[in-house]
Amino acid sequence: MLKPSAPSIRLDNLTLSYRRHPAVHHVSGEFRPGSFTAIFGPNGAGKSTLLKGIVGLIKPDSGRIVLDGIARHDIGYLPQQSALDRSFPMRVLDVAAMGLWRKAGIFSSIGRKSLGAVEAAIATVGLTGFEDRNIDTLSGGQFQRALFARLLLQDTRLILLDEPFTAIDARTCDDLLALIAGWHAEGRTVITVLHDLDMVRERIPETLLLAREKVAWGPTTEVLTDANLARARHLHEAFEDNAELCEMPA
Amino acid sequence: MSFYDLVFGPFAEFGFMRRALMGCVALSISGAPIGVFLVLRRMSLMGDVMAHAILPGAAIGFLLSGFSLFAMTVGGVAAGLLVALGAGAIARTTPLREDASFAAFYLVSLGLGVMIVSIKGSNIDLLHVLFGNVLALDDPSLYLIGGIATVTLLSLALIYRLLVAECFDPGFLKSVGGAGGLAHFLFLALVVLNLVGGFNALGTLMVVGLIVLPAASARFWSETVPGQIGGAAVIGIVSSAAGLLISYHGELPTSPAIILVAGAIHAVSILAGRHGSFVRQALHARHLRG
Repeated sequence: MLKPSAPSIRLDNLTLSYRRHPAVHHVSGEFRPGSFTAIFGPNGAGKSTLLKGIVGLIKPDSGRIVLDGIARHDIGYLPQQSALDRSFPMRVLDVAAMGLWRKAGIFSSIGRKSLGAVEAAIATVGLTGFEDRNIDTLSGGQFQRALFARLLLQDTRLILLDEPFTAIDARTCDDLLALIAGWHAEGRTVITVLHDLDMVRERIPETLLLAREKVAWGPTTEVLTDANLARARHLHEAFEDNAELCEMPA
Repeated sequence: MSFYDLVFGPFAEFGFMRRALMGCVALSISGAPIGVFLVLRRMSLMGDVMAHAILPGAAIGFLLSGFSLFAMTVGGVAAGLLVALGAGAIARTTPLREDASFAAFYLVSLGLGVMIVSIKGSNIDLLHVLFGNVLALDDPSLYLIGGIATVTLLSLALIYRLLVAECFDPGFLKSVGGAGGLAHFLFLALVVLNLVGGFNALGTLMVVGLIVLPAASARFWSETVPGQIGGAAVIGIVSSAAGLLISYHGELPTSPAIILVAGAIHAVSILAGRHGSFVRQALHARHLRG
């Protein structure tokens, strides 16, 4: 059987808004198959919104998101930690096992073989021995490891990560970055929202610099120039609360 | 008075006590998972609101056909669903937040319901509607409660995984194409059904107590969702039996007695439960080595 090629995502003059205020404004471009891209930009630049748009949590106001080589529900998506209810009574094992959703659906039981896979994923992220721990007893880093175990089990060819390293200790950060680099090496398409400029420069080959509008998109070294970063800041500061209707063609 | 006379005598002797107990047991078992999810979703107060919301619907049923189980049930379900959907819609489309929107519905519903019942009925009728009549449960009422319990447990078994995922990580559920919105709506519908089922027995003002109090108490005894559901069911059943006995021996109103027992168990749970109670926190003031 032919190994299916890595999926790509094309943004076609894409605008995503909250209450008519655009958070992502007329952005076009492509996440190439097998690429590993950081989305970088100021706070409120639309980074998380773009991921939500790709996953289908927000509908485009205008323009299109074209997924090539993958169905929307086969995307591996890691939401920001703050979007999750950490006080919910769940064990590490339960969180990881959610990664089997596509296989198990809402009815099937999880058999012994699948349970073995869950335990293996938990071992890969270094949480062996924590299977029965409730998530409200975990540190931020440990909880993120559990969510990565879920991503491992989802085993998707397109992986979207929203701020995976916020409030995470350095060692966990290194371990998880190694995991992500492994996914990239396996030919998966990986997109991650990041706020740490040094990390993007050192570890991520491609970058989309976003300040509601696309500032630059391409190899990280070419994108993260002083001029581009200054432009991103300027664009961001120019946002208006009482903006007029956008006249650009939809 | 022997122990037998105290605890078993009333149920052995009187059919109405057995019927009341059966109704309350069914309600407790059915309400346990509903209550646990209400608590976990931070919707306990919303349950209270919806209990009031069914009042005008049931009252219109009463206005049209007196104490007809069918009319009051249909009216109650219709009003409950209307408020659940209406408050959600207003919260989504206007700046008014959901809790404020629910509060508005609840206040208007209570006023409207009391008004409608008073137009046709007496103060006694009003008391029946507000506080129930658990010692006079007839066959149709018992069948209704049992039927609702059956539907509730079967439906929850079907949507359990969806509900858990929707509570914990709605973004993930949506990303894998899970019908979180549908699960939420079905859950709300089950809440309304249980409130309507319980309203005959315990009244609109008290019925939420048997759903939310055991669930809130169970949180102190178990750290897993299934454990909390089981615990809530046991606490509900114990509260019902004890409340009925206290009401019988002390000639006290029944539904407040049941709710007060549930409240007492809640207080004990907060003080001395196994997880996070005051006593636990005091006992475990010293940290572990690893």
